[in-house]
Amino acid sequence: MSQIPFAPDVFTWPSERPQLIGGRCGRCGTTTFPMQSSCPRCGDLGMEQVLLPRTGTLWTWTTQEFLPKEPYASGETQETFRPFAIGLVQLGDEVRVEGRLTVSDPAEISFGMELELVVFPFRAEEDGTEVMSYAFRPLS
Amino acid sequence: MDNVAIIGVGIHPFGRFGAKSAIEMGAEAVRGALADAGIEWKQVQFAFGGSREVDNPDAVVGLLGLTGIPFMDVYNGCATAATALELTADGIRSGKYDIGVAVGMDKHDPGAFTADPVHYGAPPWYGEIGHFLTTKFFGMKINRYMHDHGISHRTLARVAAKNYRNGVINPNAFRRKPLSEEAILGSRMLNYPLTNYMFCSPDEGAAAVVLCRADLAHRYTSAPVYLRATTLRTRSYGAHEVHASWAAVEQAEAPTVYASRAAYEAAGIGPEDVDVIQLQDTDAGAEIIHMAENGFCADGDQEKLLAEGATEIGGRLPVNTDGGLIANGEPIGASGLRQVHELVLQLRGQAGERQVPGQPRVGYAQLYGAPGTAGVSILTR
Ligand SMILES: [Zn+2]
Repeated sequence: MSQIPFAPDVFTWPSERPQLIGGRCGRCGTTTFPMQSSCPRCGDLGMEQVLLPRTGTLWTWTTQEFLPKEPYASGETQETFRPFAIGLVQLGDEVRVEGRLTVSDPAEISFGMELELVVFPFRAEEDGTEVMSYAFRPLS
Repeated sequence: MDNVAIIGVGIHPFGRFGAKSAIEMGAEAVRGALADAGIEWKQVQFAFGGSREVDNPDAVVGLLGLTGIPFMDVYNGCATAATALELTADGIRSGKYDIGVAVGMDKHDPGAFTADPVHYGAPPWYGEIGHFLTTKFFGMKINRYMHDHGISHRTLARVAAKNYRNGVINPNAFRRKPLSEEAILGSRMLNYPLTNYMFCSPDEGAAAVVLCRADLAHRYTSAPVYLRATTLRTRSYGAHEVHASWAAVEQAEAPTVYASRAAYEAAGIGPEDVDVIQLQDTDAGAEIIHMAENGFCADGDQEKLLAEGATEIGGRLPVNTDGGLIANGEPIGASGLRQVHELVLQLRGQAGERQVPGQPRVGYAQLYGAPGTAGVSILTR
């Protein structure tokens, strides 16, 4: 079965140890996710792609307990929607990124918990191709 | 900066109004404000109109009278009405005009707002994977705030229950039924720790104000209210804001903090001088955070203040006396002018059952919205 990322240049794939692909400003060192064409801090155009750390700690989080409207494209319906949790995860001392968590029960989530990046099948196309997205999984 | 006066306010109730158009609601709000000021539309020299859903709010002229005046349309997210107000005030401050109208109107579909994330500067895939939700941001922001500052779920419920209670005694409010803290805590969780009844809903409505040169105000009213400051700010590097796929590790203060400081400085007034407060309560957590961001308390004090009832109409920090967004809903273009409408009634002593005791002198209004924009207005009588 083939697997494709939901968009190019968001995470390294295929990969045993996937990493998010960010951008770094050549002038002031600011890191963004994803890569963007100029620096949000100094406006410089010299942004370069950078691979972000695979592990991090949970800065904050919430749950998503209702089905998002379009453009949400998981293929889920009101009947099949499975609530998920989403976090703001600090990767090293470089940047904090938003990402879904692999656990969704608030009892399993704590501030500062250690997480690692994983890639998971987000939806299936009609021909069976799996569209992959990224998430963070608790390390312990 | 007391060179601009508010001489008239008008509102079309907030809620759901079937096939009635936003333009019709806007025209009613303007007529209300004109009647309140005791003037006719033909005396108005210019206007700003704010809306998200209506491309041309200036179409209200077709219902008010085609007088040919300059009428400019603005959209600035949840700060749209503060923007219309600031620009109208600036038109008078600059000396170009003597008398103008700011009007806001909207008519939204039910449920959370949606759009193309690219138009918010977010990645194109941001919505596809389920990140493009304002409610999610508010959940994340208050969750960390509660963790850092010891705010309880009960306090979130107290904020919402207070705003529903104030809505009961506001004939223009959308939600006019009281809800117990238990019912609020027990309603469906939408974005932890925020439950269904802790959020405002998009709805419909309009509000308008008539502004004029302060030195002319006494021609029209014996009780002018002065617009002492209007400020707008966007986010600075390090702020974690709505619709962002990432945030900096180095943290900056929220745009509201900057807008608030600038407004106090312009007005020569401090938070301790404010008698009646309107804050952006997109959700109960936002009201709690905004109490501190606008200088009304230290981070964490909200736990005690809410338990004591300090933010009730009769408390020492009355917040959202008309029920705020939680009871009124949010027609984006009108929301900030609804705040000003309530403050003007309060400062004139015309707020009826909702009247803050002790003849309040200073009113304060704050708006906040995507993608990190804040507006603050300070009014005095
Ligand atoms: Zn830079």
